[in-house]
Amino acid sequence: MRRLVQRVRRLPVSLLLGGLLTALVVGAALLSLVWTPFPAEQVRVVARLRPPGPVHWLGTDHFGRDVLSMILVGARNSLAVGAAAVALGALLGVPLGLAASAWGRWGDEAVARLGDLLFAFPAVLTAILLTAALGAGAVNVVLALGLFNAAVFARVARGAALAVWRRDFVRAALALGRGPLSVTLVHVLPNIAGVVIVQGTVLFAVAVLNEAALSYLGLGIQPPSPSWGKMLGDAQTFLFTAPLQAIFPGAAIAVTVLGLNLLGDGLRDALDPRHRSAGLL
Amino acid sequence: MLAFLVRRLLTLALTAWLATLVVFAVLEAIPGDPALVMLGTSAQPEAVAALRAQMGLDRPWPVRYAGWVGGMLHGDFGTSLTYARPVAGLVADRLAITLPLAGLALVLSAGIAIPLGLFAAGRQGRAGDWAVMAFGQMGIAVPGFWFAILLILLFSVRLGWFSAGGFPGWEAGAGPALKALLLPAVALALPEAAILARITRTAALDTLREEYVRTAVAKGLPRRAVLRRHVLPNALIPVATILGLQFSFLVAGAVVVENVFTLPGLGRLLYQAIGQHDLIVVQSVVVLLAVTVVAVNALVDIVCAAIDPRPRVTA
Amino acid sequence: MPNRQRRTALAITMGAVLGLAGALAAGPVLAQTAPRTDLVVGMRLEPPHLDPTAGAAAAIDEVTYANLYEPLTRIDAEGKVVPGLAEKWEVSADGLTYTFHLRKGAKFHDGTDADSADVKFSLDRARGADSVNAQKGYFAAIAGVEAPDARTVVVTLSRPDGLFLFHMASGDAAIVAPESAGANKQTPVGTGPFKFERWVAGDRVVLVRNPDYDGPKPALERVTFRFISDPAAQVAALKAGDIDSFPQFDTYEALPQFRDDGAFTVMVGTTEGETILGTNNARKPFDDVRVRRAMAHAIDRKTLIDGVLFGNGAAIGSHFPPHRAGYVDLTGLYPYDPDKAKALLAEAGLANGFETTLRLPPPIYARRSGELIAAMLAEVGIRVTVEPMEWAPWLEKVFKGKDYDLTLIAHTEPLDIDIYGRPDYYFNYRSERFNAVGAELDRTQDNAKRNALYGEQQRILAEDAVNGFLFMLPSATVQKSAVQGMWVNRPIQANDVTGVRWK
Repeated sequence: MRRLVQRVRRLPVSLLLGGLLTALVVGAALLSLVWTPFPAEQVRVVARLRPPGPVHWLGTDHFGRDVLSMILVGARNSLAVGAAAVALGALLGVPLGLAASAWGRWGDEAVARLGDLLFAFPAVLTAILLTAALGAGAVNVVLALGLFNAAVFARVARGAALAVWRRDFVRAALALGRGPLSVTLVHVLPNIAGVVIVQGTVLFAVAVLNEAALSYLGLGIQPPSPSWGKMLGDAQTFLFTAPLQAIFPGAAIAVTVLGLNLLGDGLRDALDPRHRSAGLL
Repeated sequence: MLAFLVRRLLTLALTAWLATLVVFAVLEAIPGDPALVMLGTSAQPEAVAALRAQMGLDRPWPVRYAGWVGGMLHGDFGTSLTYARPVAGLVADRLAITLPLAGLALVLSAGIAIPLGLFAAGRQGRAGDWAVMAFGQMGIAVPGFWFAILLILLFSVRLGWFSAGGFPGWEAGAGPALKALLLPAVALALPEAAILARITRTAALDTLREEYVRTAVAKGLPRRAVLRRHVLPNALIPVATILGLQFSFLVAGAVVVENVFTLPGLGRLLYQAIGQHDLIVVQSVVVLLAVTVVAVNALVDIVCAAIDPRPRVTA
Repeated sequence: MPNRQRRTALAITMGAVLGLAGALAAGPVLAQTAPRTDLVVGMRLEPPHLDPTAGAAAAIDEVTYANLYEPLTRIDAEGKVVPGLAEKWEVSADGLTYTFHLRKGAKFHDGTDADSADVKFSLDRARGADSVNAQKGYFAAIAGVEAPDARTVVVTLSRPDGLFLFHMASGDAAIVAPESAGANKQTPVGTGPFKFERWVAGDRVVLVRNPDYDGPKPALERVTFRFISDPAAQVAALKAGDIDSFPQFDTYEALPQFRDDGAFTVMVGTTEGETILGTNNARKPFDDVRVRRAMAHAIDRKTLIDGVLFGNGAAIGSHFPPHRAGYVDLTGLYPYDPDKAKALLAEAGLANGFETTLRLPPPIYARRSGELIAAMLAEVGIRVTVEPMEWAPWLEKVFKGKDYDLTLIAHTEPLDIDIYGRPDYYFNYRSERFNAVGAELDRTQDNAKRNALYGEQQRILAEDAVNGFLFMLPSATVQKSAVQGMWVNRPIQANDVTGVRWK
């Protein structure tokens, strides 16, 4: 027991804090599956724009929906879109990066140029264009953000994999006549997993931010399903009448992103002690 | 070095060309007819057809693509379908807002971040360092558009010091114009400042570990003087590089922030043009942005290669 | 989390911001004594260009109509046809020949005379083969235009058209000059009492009084149309005094606070915008009238008007505005009754409801109504997927392609019940009965009989529950109390400021 406490205390602060905040958000999302104070989509126009109070803890929006319930369900939607965008990015990007590192010059060059091309467009811009082409909605946001993530994953996986290929045990495996596919799976992939996970956490945070921005512009998650970005977009028209409505969803986004970023930083510190610096970096 | 330069420029051209293809293909896929948008719901089909012909939209896509790219090579970006004005002039008008906005944001973020970063490095591991790092984390986590809304809430709704959006135009004088740009610039600067503060701090810490700096400290030079004379100039190199790279973030941020503040800048033009299906404007602006981003990246690469004697791997 | 340090850091940043802000915030305050002769009008959308003969955007007319351009006839604040560039006109007994007499001394802003040749040019241009007029149909009945002398124009029609003078009063029929028509999009030249001064892209258009105008001179010397699309910014600009009058103000939730403020006047008038839940009558299950009636029973119009318009707006039961002669109140035909709706659905074999998609165009009334209606339909088992769209894809897919289940839109053209008789319209509605009444309307000149026929058409549409008939879009104006003469109602989309003055 004491050893456990000691081990926990030796973990980076950012990991603990990030884990805590992320757990809070995930908890809220899970809670919303079984309980919300009110049905999140229940409209009651007579009870609209109520300030926070004993019945509606965070007040109601312009249709009389309970803001706390919407924020809880919004956590679920936000995390789902973020997780799907990261998963899609990893599933496309990591194999691509690995292949590039294994194929040598031409594969490498092709992946690098593809990355250049994708990075030439700011992510939000890509997402706006793609949602314009495909139509607004959660699935298309996942596609757009996933594509961007794939490029980042490919780049990161390739860089990390190249370093692994140069290491002795991989050369030994190759000298023993193992094929590149088996070496990739047995030696390279496990060795880059840490880097990929750290990157995934950071991209998760970016995806949550970008989903919020797109939903704010009306291109993301669609009503009646609540989304933090759309709640902010709605709240902006009521800044004069119900200013508090513009506070809560934004705070929810900030807490989620902060938690994921800290978690990512902490994981990096924990996995690679050389990087370790002031607790919060 | 020359081979590297040629290679980098070739890839720059290749990326730019691929970008035109991608943008054109995506826009072809977006449903919508600009002529129909102009003429609305009671338009007769033959009037819509006439307008399509007038706009040159009745030609097959390879012809339109070739015409567009060919025109751009000669500096002709085409004519906006909705505004009936040359895109170059339209973009120039909007850049007169977006560039000062981005510039102001850059100055603000550097002005906040570099002192904060140095300050934090100077007291590594202590309370001040923690405060700056906390600011860094918060700045990255807070969505730019929410921060923008909060600024409006405080300074426009509560205090009434600023208007909640809009732009009076430069001929209203530099004062009112800059005043209209200030809140958006602050909103745009926050995440950049957060990133920059972290980078400045890291760079400064690296420099502090260098022999000559340690020597200076050992010789008893005051901490302030060490930071100013030795650390700052050296830490500025990576900071300047990042500042250049942040162009792309500023552009992306401007699309959203200009929408929050209804500033008639390039980002808002682009967003509206997508809605109005003004293909010519969207194509040209997106490619212009993409090429600028790629060019800035290439420039940074080349400069790095020139400074750094080690062979440089692409990416 | 080291809270204190973080707060310190935040305080430093905010302090810097506040300092800068304070330095820039101090601006001069002008004292007003004599009545002002300038007006700043707020508008939600910026016009794409300023040529009303080549575009449907309402914002074009909202800047230029009656102020900058004049058609032959004009619509006044009450919706009546009054003289425009033509000071009087005669109609032949068979209704086929219209003789217009132009105002003597009418000139374009570039100094050239506005004569019959210009009128002939404008009308021929609007109906020609390569016309890009958004309302080309208005000119379809014209068989020929002649200019016997400089002040007289004779228009012959191929068939009687009861709405011809009404249509000739629209911005789409503005009289332009052959020399300047091509450049009107950027530098408009008309015959109106105001002329174009400049356009600050993205922000405003400025018109100034035309000193050479031959008619009564307006009280205002300068009119600025400022474009502010964001609701919070609109409210802020009004409160800050940057805007003198904001017609078509659709931030309804802010109206009470302006009503309570003595410095402002709030007027709520009517528009011609029937807002409907557009329904694809050719698609299953909407081809079954019981399903359409079920939806009518499932929609609570009162909640909708409260929720979307904050109570400002009249419910409708068919496609006709209550303020027009010939209106029949059919709002009681399908009272809000979810149980009845469920029963009707069960009768149609859809006891478990069904899935459908609601495609919404960009305006905020559409987005908000759509969200509420989706919730209302869910109560009776109709599971709605909301799909917001920009105008371009909406027009292409829904309006032109008829590829939709449900949509939501206000039809703002005046007297447009005839769209239900168009064979290829996006409702996919066909009714021999409705068309028969329509044919009789075309033959009928007597107003009382016409109104009775309009009533019959309204009843047919309501019985068939063609679309969900929701409400009339209101026209709210918020302005400084000293502003007089702005229109209360919007019989057409325009901001006619020729009669506006300061108290």
